[in-house]
Amino acid sequence: MKELGQKAMKGDIRAASRLIRNIEDNIPDTNVAIKHIFPHTGKARVVGITGAPGAGKSTITDELIMAMRNMNKTVGVLAVDPTSPFTGGALLGDRVRMLRHAEDPAVFIRSLATRGAMGGLSKAVGDGIHILDVMGKEIIIVETVGVGQQEVDIINHAHTVIVVLVPGMGDDVQAIKAGLMEIADIFVINKADREGAKQLYKETKNMISMGKWESGWVPPVMMIENVMEPHSFAKSVCDLCEKIDEHYKFLVDKNILADRAYRKVMTEMNDALRFAILEPIVEKLVSSGDFDEMIRQLLNKESDPYTLAENVAKKYMNDYCKTNM
Amino acid sequence: MNMSSRKIRILLAKPGLDGHDRGAKVLARSFRDAGFEVIYTGCHQTPEQIVSAAMQEDVDLVGLSCLSGAHTYLYPKVAELLKENGADDISVIGGGIIPDKDFQPLYDAGLKALFTPGTTLESINSWIRDNIKPRG
Repeated sequence: MKELGQKAMKGDIRAASRLIRNIEDNIPDTNVAIKHIFPHTGKARVVGITGAPGAGKSTITDELIMAMRNMNKTVGVLAVDPTSPFTGGALLGDRVRMLRHAEDPAVFIRSLATRGAMGGLSKAVGDGIHILDVMGKEIIIVETVGVGQQEVDIINHAHTVIVVLVPGMGDDVQAIKAGLMEIADIFVINKADREGAKQLYKETKNMISMGKWESGWVPPVMMIENVMEPHSFAKSVCDLCEKIDEHYKFLVDKNILADRAYRKVMTEMNDALRFAILEPIVEKLVSSGDFDEMIRQLLNKESDPYTLAENVAKKYMNDYCKTNM
Repeated sequence: MNMSSRKIRILLAKPGLDGHDRGAKVLARSFRDAGFEVIYTGCHQTPEQIVSAAMQEDVDLVGLSCLSGAHTYLYPKVAELLKENGADDISVIGGGIIPDKDFQPLYDAGLKALFTPGTTLESINSWIRDNIKPRG
């Protein structure tokens, strides 16, 4: 497993992709490779793109890749699409928009399914970013699943978060709701040639003007239109690219890049604790049949989830203390 | 639950000059419903693009669909490029309007299975379940 990590660090595409898959599939010992690469991470700039399904995230990502390649940056992309809650299958279609980069060796694109993660990402995103980072990708774009209001995990991973809005999704009350509308470093109003775009612009601006923005960065609102006019579309995305740069420089100049890093390591620590402590216990419960028994007790109202969880904690945490400490 | 389990990943692509992807989309949907992860990459692709995407996506299987009659060139080319890149552990299957006489040359070129009009979705899904084991 360590070898996979070493190969990925040399830019081996198959090793990198395999490593990401091992994380997705929970293959034992994958963390050996992550342990190996972790000290070398933290060089890449991470840009998150989020927004409703069909807002144009993939199309903008495609053009962003182009803009960044024109600036001679190497680019990694993690594109997330949803897993079926019924069959466990997934249709990952973000690549359709990014075909033209398939043969560019400086671009690595990987599609991920959510596999039950609820925050708009896949659990492989955190380590996936590390893997693309050590492969030498200078810019990493993470495209979230099409989100609603609450899937905001992207803020734990990205230096710059772009929220893509489209006209026609609701009135100004939607704009002042918590969640998605709070996390943008940059707002993009896509399909701005459609009816309602000016209204949306005003509402977004209004919402922003009510905010405090303690860091000093006030999210700009950018209009992108005319995907059918390649030149003007490319020009708009180029402007977006400059804004992303500007935001990153702001983070550096104001010395708040560390805040973003703090969020990421907090998330990673939580995930790692869950992986090291909770998951092995749940696996034991499932394989011993105790899990089914607990579910049965709940269904028959013989016990409640809190009591059962406390019992599990008493049993396994004591075991854990005896054997591991 | 988060126990380790491999999920079959499939790349579905339409190589060459053929923009009729209704069938491919039906397949993509059917693969999704069968519990596979399918990466749909759309129309008008070169074999090089398909192979590069298959390697980046760490798939177990590449499914090709082409109705233009160019399958005798495009399908073997995909298999050949996978081999050149040391990625022939990824299987290739194809579908479309393929005359009987083309079957053997395509199998010889490394295609693992061919599906022609009239094939049921379920028979493709079960072929995949029986023959494609997630690698490693």
